[in-house]
Amino acid sequence: MSSETRDIVTDETNASRTAKEQTYRAIFLACGILSVLTTVAIIATLFSDALTFWSEVPIEDFLLGTNWSPQIEGSYGVLPLVSATLLITFGSAVVALPIGVLTAIYLSEYASDRTRSILKPTLEILAGVPTVVYGFFALVYVTPALGTIFPSISTFNALSASLVVGIMIIPMVSSISEDAMSAVPDSLRQASYGLGATKFEVSTTVVVPAAISGIFSSFILALSRAIGETMIVTIAAGSNARLIDPLDPFSAFLNSVEPMTAAMINIGKSDVDPGSLTYKSLFAIGLTLFAITFVMNVVSNLVAERYREEYE
Amino acid sequence: MSQERLTNQDETVSSGENSADPTSEPLVDSAIEVPGKNATSTGRTILRAQSFDVYYDDVQALQDVNIEIPEKQVTAMIGPSGCGKSTFLRSINRMNDLIDAARIEGELYFDSKDVYDEDVDPVALRRKIGMVFQHPNPFPKSIFDNVAYGLRVQDMDVDEQQVVEESLKKAALWDEVKDQLDKSALDLSGGQQQRLCIARAIAVDPEVILMDEPASALDPIATSKIEDLIDDLAEDYTVVIVTHNMQQAARISDKTAVFLTGGELVEFDDTEKIFENPEHQRVEDYITGKFG
Repeated sequence: MSSETRDIVTDETNASRTAKEQTYRAIFLACGILSVLTTVAIIATLFSDALTFWSEVPIEDFLLGTNWSPQIEGSYGVLPLVSATLLITFGSAVVALPIGVLTAIYLSEYASDRTRSILKPTLEILAGVPTVVYGFFALVYVTPALGTIFPSISTFNALSASLVVGIMIIPMVSSISEDAMSAVPDSLRQASYGLGATKFEVSTTVVVPAAISGIFSSFILALSRAIGETMIVTIAAGSNARLIDPLDPFSAFLNSVEPMTAAMINIGKSDVDPGSLTYKSLFAIGLTLFAITFVMNVVSNLVAERYREEYE
Repeated sequence: MSQERLTNQDETVSSGENSADPTSEPLVDSAIEVPGKNATSTGRTILRAQSFDVYYDDVQALQDVNIEIPEKQVTAMIGPSGCGKSTFLRSINRMNDLIDAARIEGELYFDSKDVYDEDVDPVALRRKIGMVFQHPNPFPKSIFDNVAYGLRVQDMDVDEQQVVEESLKKAALWDEVKDQLDKSALDLSGGQQQRLCIARAIAVDPEVILMDEPASALDPIATSKIEDLIDDLAEDYTVVIVTHNMQQAARISDKTAVFLTGGELVEFDDTEKIFENPEHQRVEDYITGKFG
């Protein structure tokens, strides 16, 4: 009897098994905590350095100032940088959102399995191209090509950077949107076909509306990516920190602008003294950038939550 | 029924899809002669299949179906799972076109036009032959927009308000939803959703309504409402309904077609005749629950 009951009470074998389980658990937990800690540490660093910067430059002068000239004039108005970032994000959105959604509709509703199996991986390669290659491509090929249409275009300009950032984020829009469209139940398509709808009507009046939350999420993720994009804009958009006149964005597109990320690179690679005001402004820009993308992520989650399971 | 014939039929059943089996031929032939002889209704034929076959890749789902479906009556299609009754239904308005693997042979006439002729536009066809599906599938839109959907895609020049109201009344749903037309259709109960789908189908004023087991996902009360509704619909429309439920077929249909394993239409006749005195032993066995 005793040898039978012994199997289920804690003995040496069981104890070592329990100990192993706890070790595994600790390893997995440590990995999870590591990324959380990193995020917290980054935010803490950003905040502490940004706050020392704002103790010297009032935060309202930073956020509302229209002149960015840290080294020459000691002027730290971030609006020119923000406006340049928004300009390029807007330009890339004009390229990527329609093309991305139309591509997704094609892949989800029109393409044969064979076509899809070729096109989808090809698009995903586009997402895997290093951004430095995109930047080079913008500067060396796209800008000269644009020059034949707009002779007044600068060597470094927002238009070229916008187009190429737009191309870069197309796969993000198309891939996530296509997932959302493929998840729309076939029964809805059949209902629509059964009422005499064409394929185009099925796509536009049933599939896209039912997938709208996923499509919005793809927009917001892609735009966050465009806002944070650094390499392409640093190489192709230039470093002329001008406040963009919202009433005349077209001339801004043809000229050199300096988005937030490019400004950070330009400060980082110049020989500013760590601890100087200019050096600390890096963190203030970084925190502003982080705040923008953070808000976009929150909005994205809210949108996804709001429309989730709508067709169930 | 002679014992010999019974034996032959059993062989046919066990031989499955062997269309070359000569013993199955006379059965099908006699089956299509019956409606001509026994038809009691005055309805003219609106749908007619002739030597109609459907294949999914290499699998034959329907073999040599011959049937004449009368106008403005309820025709039920019954048979065990996988007998091809739904396949036949979906062939009528070419919903099977949406399945790449599906392929047809033979002829299927809507009035005098073969719906598989090259010059037939399936979109136009589906505007004449509407469909209600097994599971209620309202669009994630308002009740009003669901009913108006067909009018809009077909660009029909009608008074939307009026047609929506009439359609909901015909579908016996108006009184339940008239104060909440802006509400999402997904907030309705399953039975209401299915009646909404019927309202949506009749809003575009088709000639034929195909129903693929429209009550199989509903509770008994909702089912009986749908059945009453089908009875009313037959005054204005030709209704072809696939059902698993033999009592339902007996209750609501004027004509019944019995499909048996292998995609064969074994018997087609007045519903009363099919349920009381079928020509074929296999049909009798199926109806009395001995087989299938």
